[in-house]
Amino acid sequence: MELSTLQQYWWIIVSLLGAILVFLMFVQGGQTLLYTVAANDEERTLLVNTLGRKWELTFTTLVTFGGAFFASFPLFYATSFGGAYWVWMIILFGFIVQAVSYEYRKKASNFLGTATYEWFLFLNGLLATVFIGAAVGTFFSGSAFFVDDYNLSYWMNKGRGLEAALNITNLALGLSVFFLARITGAMYFMMTVDHDKIVKRASKQVLLNAILFLVFFLSFVVILLTENGFAVDPVSSEVSMVPYKYLHNFLDMPLVLILFLAGVLLVLFGIYKAAFKKSGVAFWWTVAGIIPVVLSLFLVAGFNNTAFYPSTYDLNSSLTIYNASSSHYTLTAMSYVSLFVPFVIAYIAYAWRKINKVKVSNDELEQNTHVY
Amino acid sequence: MNEIDISLVDWSRAQFALTAIYHWLFVPLTLGLSFIMAITESIYVRTGNEEWKKMTKFWMKLFGINFVIGAATGIILEFEFGTNWSNYSWIVGDIFGAPLAVEGIMAFFLESTFIVVMFFGWNKVSKGFHLLSTWLVAVGSNLSALWILVANGWMNYPVGMEFNPETARSEMVSFWDLVLSPYSVNKFLHTVSSSYVVAALFVVGVSSWFLLKGRHVLLAKRSIMVASVFGLISALFVALTGDGSAYHVAQKQPAKLAAIEGLYEGQEGAGLVLFGVLRDSRNFNAESNYHFKVEIPGLLSLLGYRDANAYVPGMRDLIYGNKIRGIEGVHEKMEKGRLAVTSLAEYKAARKKGDNVGAEAALATFREFYNYIGYGYIDDPESIIPPIPLTFYSFHIMVALGFYFILLFAILLFFMIKKKLEGKKWLLRVALLSIPLGYLSSQLGWVVAELGRQPWAIQDILPVHKATSHLDTSAVIVTFILFAVLFTALLIAEIRIMTRAIKNGPKE
Repeated sequence: MELSTLQQYWWIIVSLLGAILVFLMFVQGGQTLLYTVAANDEERTLLVNTLGRKWELTFTTLVTFGGAFFASFPLFYATSFGGAYWVWMIILFGFIVQAVSYEYRKKASNFLGTATYEWFLFLNGLLATVFIGAAVGTFFSGSAFFVDDYNLSYWMNKGRGLEAALNITNLALGLSVFFLARITGAMYFMMTVDHDKIVKRASKQVLLNAILFLVFFLSFVVILLTENGFAVDPVSSEVSMVPYKYLHNFLDMPLVLILFLAGVLLVLFGIYKAAFKKSGVAFWWTVAGIIPVVLSLFLVAGFNNTAFYPSTYDLNSSLTIYNASSSHYTLTAMSYVSLFVPFVIAYIAYAWRKINKVKVSNDELEQNTHVY
Repeated sequence: MNEIDISLVDWSRAQFALTAIYHWLFVPLTLGLSFIMAITESIYVRTGNEEWKKMTKFWMKLFGINFVIGAATGIILEFEFGTNWSNYSWIVGDIFGAPLAVEGIMAFFLESTFIVVMFFGWNKVSKGFHLLSTWLVAVGSNLSALWILVANGWMNYPVGMEFNPETARSEMVSFWDLVLSPYSVNKFLHTVSSSYVVAALFVVGVSSWFLLKGRHVLLAKRSIMVASVFGLISALFVALTGDGSAYHVAQKQPAKLAAIEGLYEGQEGAGLVLFGVLRDSRNFNAESNYHFKVEIPGLLSLLGYRDANAYVPGMRDLIYGNKIRGIEGVHEKMEKGRLAVTSLAEYKAARKKGDNVGAEAALATFREFYNYIGYGYIDDPESIIPPIPLTFYSFHIMVALGFYFILLFAILLFFMIKKKLEGKKWLLRVALLSIPLGYLSSQLGWVVAELGRQPWAIQDILPVHKATSHLDTSAVIVTFILFAVLFTALLIAEIRIMTRAIKNGPKE
């Protein structure tokens, strides 16, 4: 295959992994609702147990997202991770404390106490969503870095990535992800927990968080469609600022626009079903919407002669899917590996169905030998 | 912009060492215990005996406590290549990124999906599918070890790549050379089998404690039976692959071999130091660098070159060169390396000016000396010798422990078969006290492997001081301290929960 085809293929794969990651952040969103949706410790244990059977999936997807980005666009990996040091460190600390919290929360002699582990879960839910969202926001707002002749990168802002969290575009996207994760988290509780009061409270949370989500998401969309974008000249590879670049990208790629609009409608439909009909399957409607929306945003960032990781310090240091990618050979080899992905998705889906067959309740927990 | 800050390099290395050491406190048990559980569950499924199920569940509970902290400490390692070693991530990312991605796609999902079935599926899936899930957890975790060790093996012995002057990085030219590199394959086998030993020691030790207390006697005896067979086979395999490691290191990393063996002066029929105390270890011109040593003649030559009379280069040869033996000194290599570095710069400059003739000429020089490029960044010839005392002692203690484990498992098995184990209190105490020794030898192995390859991030291609991110040292100091505090707190929690769970024993 042509190098450029492989580069586009891998951008789609990475985008898809990003989209799946945002969907799976219902775990993080749910973690921020433990004290809102549960009224007491017993109810909280139900919530922790239903999320606890999925946390590893989100965690693994993040790791794979990182690995796939490294393998396919190593210049992004080097520039962003080494540059925006604090953002990534904050995200990682959030996941470190998450990993132990489910298992250790209720164990005897757990040293830090149940409340600490629950606080860890909240922290992970907040930090991972806001900061990963803000980091993706920089795909549209840019960062201050410089790439030299040897493709070695230098971060030009003392904030080391923290500055990204102060930018309005990034913040709007970060908070959108946060509230969206809370919506899907609440929906997941409605779908998987056999407890009327929890379902009722979760349904209320869907509505509340949906209002906040819409405020931030619409702000983000308005900014995105009206701001100047980082365009790449296909012949000279020069990067320049073009007005309404991202709006043009949507219009130039109608399929992407359809993905975006259809996705938004599905998300809203799911919210309606959960908030007003207390439907459990609402979760899947919203998920079916999240994936195309996130995918379309990634495609708008990287396709149609656009720099997906732009530099505001030196426009021509900006990363595109063409100058940041792996070699032809590596992309080809990795493409063969990517054929495993449908197989992976299939066994995950199978295991999901088996494990979620019975709703989580006090009875269900009693029958289990492994309880969080 | 190209100034190197040594304190940044040291702190970046310290942080990577800290996170890797903590991670490796948990991984060996995951790798080995997963197989032990799969074996005991297989016996349960075959016999239908509930005692085996109870036993499987007990070890699974301990597995779960250990597994999560392994995941917690592991996630940082992957991302640290980007955050703290971003130059490295660009220069070799085209090769190094692939195994990490494959690890995620092929191993981590297998592990994390079926671990959930294993823990929560007892009443939800069939017996057979549950057993399959337990086996897949074991396979998944060991596969993840395969991919990361392929990556690590490649850093020690880079193969399957070519340097691209346009992008200024090494690019992959053969995926299979990378995966099937004998160095990596051997490294994988040595590492996982030694992890099985750690896990077997853990199971044997915990079970011995039960026997000493007279609790859960049947479970303990059966566990010791399974674990000591598993441990003995693994420990023998560790010795075999350890021999393979010595051979590969001798071929690919002579400086590492010389340092870990404490061989200063090259010799034919070189002996293996069985026991020795170093003195003045970095004085390469000293009369003797030992207070005393006990050697087995010819053994080092035999292990390293499969020939008891073979010449093994010493550290002096490797630093100063040895014309008779055709060994190039570091000074010569440094000069060639500098030619590679400057010709690459000339090539870049000529390309910018549109001077094609100049670019061609520079490129030809570059290609001629590329294999020395790493030495172009070296300033002190003696710095190509890794820290000697730490690698030397670590290696010798590791090897001694390795043989001790073989003996321990064999004795345990002997008394087990003779049905006299319960009465041998001293042996049970020894087995209990051997748990930390397993961890110690496993960590020492990594000290040998990683410290032993200094100053290289990629052998001969990229020294560690050219591999770091361009960060302020203070940022790395802060994250180092945060990791140290957080990981220590989590370790304390893990040990407390683990010991409590062991004291509580299996659910009746």
